[in-house]
Amino acid sequence: MTVPEAHRAVDAVWRLESARIIAGLARIVRDIDLAEDLAQDAMVAALRQWPESGIPPNPGAWLMATAKHQAIDRLRRNERLQHNIGQLARDLRADQETAVFDSPPEFEAALDEDAVQDDLLRLMFVACHPVLSAEARVALTLRLLGGLTTDEIARAFLAAEPTIAQRIVRAKRTLASKQLPFEIPPAGERAARLASVLEVIYLVFNEGYTATAGEDWARPELCYEALRLGRMLAELSPADPEAHGLVALMEIQSSRLKARLGPDGEPVPLLEQNRGQWDQLLIRRGFAALLRAERLGRPAGSYVVQAAIAACHARAREAGDTDWPSIAALYEILTRITPTPVVELNRAVAVGMAFGPARGLDVADALTSQPQLRSYHLLPSVRADFLAKLGRREEARAEYERAAALTRNARERAVLLRRAAACAPAQA
Amino acid sequence: MRFLMTTTAGDPPDETMMTEMGRLVEELSRSGVLLATGGLDQAGTRVTATDGKVALTDGPFTEAKEAILSFALIDARSKEEAVELAKRFWQVARNGTGMIQQVYGPE
Repeated sequence: MTVPEAHRAVDAVWRLESARIIAGLARIVRDIDLAEDLAQDAMVAALRQWPESGIPPNPGAWLMATAKHQAIDRLRRNERLQHNIGQLARDLRADQETAVFDSPPEFEAALDEDAVQDDLLRLMFVACHPVLSAEARVALTLRLLGGLTTDEIARAFLAAEPTIAQRIVRAKRTLASKQLPFEIPPAGERAARLASVLEVIYLVFNEGYTATAGEDWARPELCYEALRLGRMLAELSPADPEAHGLVALMEIQSSRLKARLGPDGEPVPLLEQNRGQWDQLLIRRGFAALLRAERLGRPAGSYVVQAAIAACHARAREAGDTDWPSIAALYEILTRITPTPVVELNRAVAVGMAFGPARGLDVADALTSQPQLRSYHLLPSVRADFLAKLGRREEARAEYERAAALTRNARERAVLLRRAAACAPAQA
Repeated sequence: MRFLMTTTAGDPPDETMMTEMGRLVEELSRSGVLLATGGLDQAGTRVTATDGKVALTDGPFTEAKEAILSFALIDARSKEEAVELAKRFWQVARNGTGMIQQVYGPE
């Protein structure tokens, strides 16, 4: 095969395998930076050898074994990590016994699957450790678990490549300096640590789903990356309902990606979307994930409730069929779990749809004194909608204009200004 | 990106292959890479359309040229990833022929 062909194939294998390889190495050398280095060295070796020898039948195993061999060499030269050589040598002997280069996939699966699962979960928890800032966790997770290059991460987040590179370097340094145990968190810490992982994944998803600044409304690739990570986590941690809840939420939201944009790239609100363009395959997957969460029989957490709300929308064939009272009730549950002004605002919308704009406005008005919402464009936007429905057009216009001034998204601003203009009283 | 992988010829599956394939299908389904899969009834009904009017013929058809035996709809980030996934499938199925075709539509 040609070198460029080999390069593309190695890239594909890297995306599929790198997380497992890094996770396995990290368990042994207990140093994320070194683990990543070793994995990348193996990739370099692949780029050198595969154009001639062809891609091996089990490329993941080839890369892992190569990385482990190189790890032994490295460790010999680093006395501090000498004690890990024993573990590595044992690993390699075990690999040789099962003839890892030629072994059929079922041997690999039977022997290594549980260990790989643990390693991956461990890596997810470490990359999302709360000691790191949210941005650092996002960059590190996308890099180590998503297999994205620094450049890809930078482009996805509209940041400069050196900024992301630095962020990742500093994140690894922080983890190393804190000497955090490279372990899956004990039961007592599990919920909090899991919340940190879920937060990272949902941050990635939201970055893809909505842009807060600039002209672009959605970056779908990030949504799929987050979905992959979420699905992976749900498999690694099947007893955690919130993991399934997050997956359900993302599957259902992703189902609307095509319908969210109008012909000129304009954002289309949920209630105006062409539901024939909703991806039913993803909706099915979302319902299945929600069911898995509910079957675990634990009190609903924030992501499960949000997924249930999304499922209500997904179930409605037309916007007019939406079960708003259920959604309003779900938001009431959600405000008890995450009592934030934003959630309360969403509840206002649901209450308005279920019980009329006056009731909705009551809920929204109670929020106007909240300092957190002072620059949040959706509060005036929601109030404007209620006021317009109540025939209070002048007030509605003022609120739409206020919302337009607060949003950083150019397209959304255009939508809001149009609504403001539409409130102008008919010519006398 | 979505790809449709089809098989047009293959060994009749034995028990080991079925178990192994079942495991692969489960693993890939759970990770969200495999969106839908199934074997196809080899009888089927052929459709010939002229000017919007259809003529139907029930199979099976003796000249079974390139009849699709089974399909898998997968989600992959690139053609190369789809190829890697196809390889895993064929490592289990061992012998046969098939296609990998990108499905155009929602990205």
